[in-house]
Amino acid sequence: MTATQAPGKSVGAPISRVEGHLKVRGAATYAYEHRLDEPAYLHPLQSTIANGRVAKIDASRAEAEPGVVAVLTHENAPKLEAVGDAELEILQNGEVGFRGQFIGAVIADTFEAARYAAGLVEIEYEERETDADFRPDRDDLYTPEQLNAGFEPDTSVGDVDGALASAAVKFDATYTTPREHNNPMEPHSSIAVWDEGELTLYESTQGVYWTQNTIAPLFGLDAEKVHVISPHVGGGFGSKGLPHANVVLAALAAMLVEGRPVKFALTRHMMFSVAGYRTPTIQRIRLGADAEGKLSAICNDVVEQTSKIKEFAEQTGTSARMMYDSSNIQTTHLLAALDVAVPSWLRAPGEAPGMFALESAMDEMAIECDLDPVEFRIMNEPEKDLESGLPFSSRGLVACLREGAERFGWDGRNPTPRSERDGRWLVGTGVASSVYPVFSMGGNAATIRADSDGKYVVEIGAADIGTGTWTTLGQIAADELGVSFEDVEMKIGDTKFPNASGAGGSSGITSWGSTLVEAARSLREKIEAEHGGNIPDEGVEASAKMPKNPHRKEYAMYAFGAHFVEARVDEDTGEVRVPRMTSVFAAGRIINAKTARSQFMGGMVMGLSAALHEESVLDTRFGHVVNHDFAEYHIPTNADVGELDISWIEEDDPYVNPMGSKGIGEIGIVGSAAAVANAVYHATGTRVRELPITPDKLIS
Amino acid sequence: MKLECKVNGENREADGVREGESLLYILRERLDLPGSKNACEQGECGSCSVYMDGMLVCSCLVLAGQAEGREIVTVEGLADENELHPVQKSFIEAGAVQCGFCTPGLIVATHDLLERNAKPSDVEIREALAGNLCRCTGYEKILDAVKLAAAKNGNGA
Repeated sequence: MTATQAPGKSVGAPISRVEGHLKVRGAATYAYEHRLDEPAYLHPLQSTIANGRVAKIDASRAEAEPGVVAVLTHENAPKLEAVGDAELEILQNGEVGFRGQFIGAVIADTFEAARYAAGLVEIEYEERETDADFRPDRDDLYTPEQLNAGFEPDTSVGDVDGALASAAVKFDATYTTPREHNNPMEPHSSIAVWDEGELTLYESTQGVYWTQNTIAPLFGLDAEKVHVISPHVGGGFGSKGLPHANVVLAALAAMLVEGRPVKFALTRHMMFSVAGYRTPTIQRIRLGADAEGKLSAICNDVVEQTSKIKEFAEQTGTSARMMYDSSNIQTTHLLAALDVAVPSWLRAPGEAPGMFALESAMDEMAIECDLDPVEFRIMNEPEKDLESGLPFSSRGLVACLREGAERFGWDGRNPTPRSERDGRWLVGTGVASSVYPVFSMGGNAATIRADSDGKYVVEIGAADIGTGTWTTLGQIAADELGVSFEDVEMKIGDTKFPNASGAGGSSGITSWGSTLVEAARSLREKIEAEHGGNIPDEGVEASAKMPKNPHRKEYAMYAFGAHFVEARVDEDTGEVRVPRMTSVFAAGRIINAKTARSQFMGGMVMGLSAALHEESVLDTRFGHVVNHDFAEYHIPTNADVGELDISWIEEDDPYVNPMGSKGIGEIGIVGSAAAVANAVYHATGTRVRELPITPDKLIS
Repeated sequence: MKLECKVNGENREADGVREGESLLYILRERLDLPGSKNACEQGECGSCSVYMDGMLVCSCLVLAGQAEGREIVTVEGLADENELHPVQKSFIEAGAVQCGFCTPGLIVATHDLLERNAKPSDVEIREALAGNLCRCTGYEKILDAVKLAAAKNGNGA
């Protein structure tokens, strides 16, 4: 839809993304593609041990190679400030904390020269024993001080042990989810160039200011000396949120060739060691219920992995704290710190693995209680957020379950496993709930300029990682300015625009959009008060910061959803196909029906992928991911995806933000793997509690 | 080594090419045609798809030397400055573009499919595009885009 939108009517319309015409002709400029004079190319040196130190490094053969400009090692690397981040403080000594860690780089006139010469650098190590074995029975597990996003590691309400002891129906099972890698299609890429003590980074990042605020202190610079430019980003899914060491390596290398741009894109292989990943989890779920199926105890005890050099603690158990009603709820998190790469964000960190376990367990418990899994969930619906004690600003889970059941054709389902067959295919159906918090991030500002011809320019350092920000922010601004969408020009993805948070935690539209609404109101007031309601010939502009949301302390804010899946399992080979999936979401007001549908769908399929395909296999002897490419780390292709039915319920939530919207980048992935697993159980009678559900787990 | 080939209808040459360089690298870094993307460098993802003498290839798997004297068409060569190709328009309209990194490869692969098969079935589309990985879209909109493009072709668009 490209027709002109009437003033005030842009939000909600299925407007095609404004940068689409650039992307379909290959003309959108991604980080590695900015045209700069005489760039040099970087190829990194990566550790081939997981624990130890570089004892000797001889670069003489590499340096003699034609085309090589410099070889960067810990012996000649510029000094970084000690900021307490061992992932980023690379090349400051010869220490190695995980296999694949950067220990140097070759900079050359062409990429092939750099790659070839990197193979000529001779490195000797003093190796220490590798400890990369992730097990729940280790004696060195510890409780972190806090979890990602600031959550408490352990919570306890009521008396879980007492409730479990006296429960009429008891359930206790352990689920595991594997290490998974984000794998956005665009590898992490940078062009770094220094000029008179200032650093410019053409970056592939989920937040230009996140990059600036991380990189500037490392180089002892004031933030404004680091310029970050990132108009188009080829996906991130969390891995381009917290900057990784590749950005630091490019910036260090560029210091050696001051004034010359240094280009560095990770290869797909490298992305498996230095670009973050989802920690593997082991989750013991215990549930108790009375004879009618009312839950009396909910417990998730989580064990997960972190790196010895830097802690990352995923909030895997948090959804168990608020999802269903119970007087007794307990969650715990323990970490195993290993000689492995540093875990980080992957789409819905916490909720995605946590809800696989909880929603699988809810399916198992419904069966134990002899209840329909949809009705079992509905009868355990809480009246308030049990963790904070606050009422929900809106909670559409029941509506999603009911609507999804209707659309999917759930009624009349025979609950008996292996009750339907189509030739050699066993056919089953499954359901799971979804949830994602409405996060908001601070530090946002925006400037809007009105020109006398009625055109508006909106500036904010926001990010579009494929989500649709270029378009959706224009819709929000247009409606608040009371003008048509075509009269608003967005400017994002650059630190020359006002400060902004990044694309993460599905918080972008809430944070940036609230800021734009405030700036638009300021501009309209200014035009009214100072210019009699008319834009002056010289134009006029107004800036605003994101206002505080007073309702944050009054309400618990979440989006909800429900997934329904049909799975077909080949009885002989264990092959699983998912011919159809119906998902319904309650996510407040939808800003753009077209880009929103894509966001939901992409999340659902990433959950399907987690259910059936994705697993990064670690060789515990050497601490590296063995299947580190797309040949062996499987994600779905076109041929793996069936019919996807996506809808959302009308939800009026006046508390979340001025738009009434909730973030939608992550909710699609949450629960979808459990819905697949539950459908596979219904088809086969085999309960797979270890993702991914590969054929070997179904034919043994 | 020196390489000469025709790219998007123009005679192009590159000097000082190393033997290990791929056609993809030549296009992106030496001929200023970054539309074809480098996302896996091993022929798994299809992001670098181009035509070589009319055949769909992963340009990351073609050595530069193999392109000598050949005719290459990239995503930049499918439409002129002012008018998008119906396949390109359909991808935008259907919402099949998100981050856009897989898009150029999918555009070329879809262009190729519709050249060979003007009215592909759903199964034929999914099979033909099974070599193009996308991490954002969930593929459903890509299927819609191909069907939309096929319909546009049928209408003489």
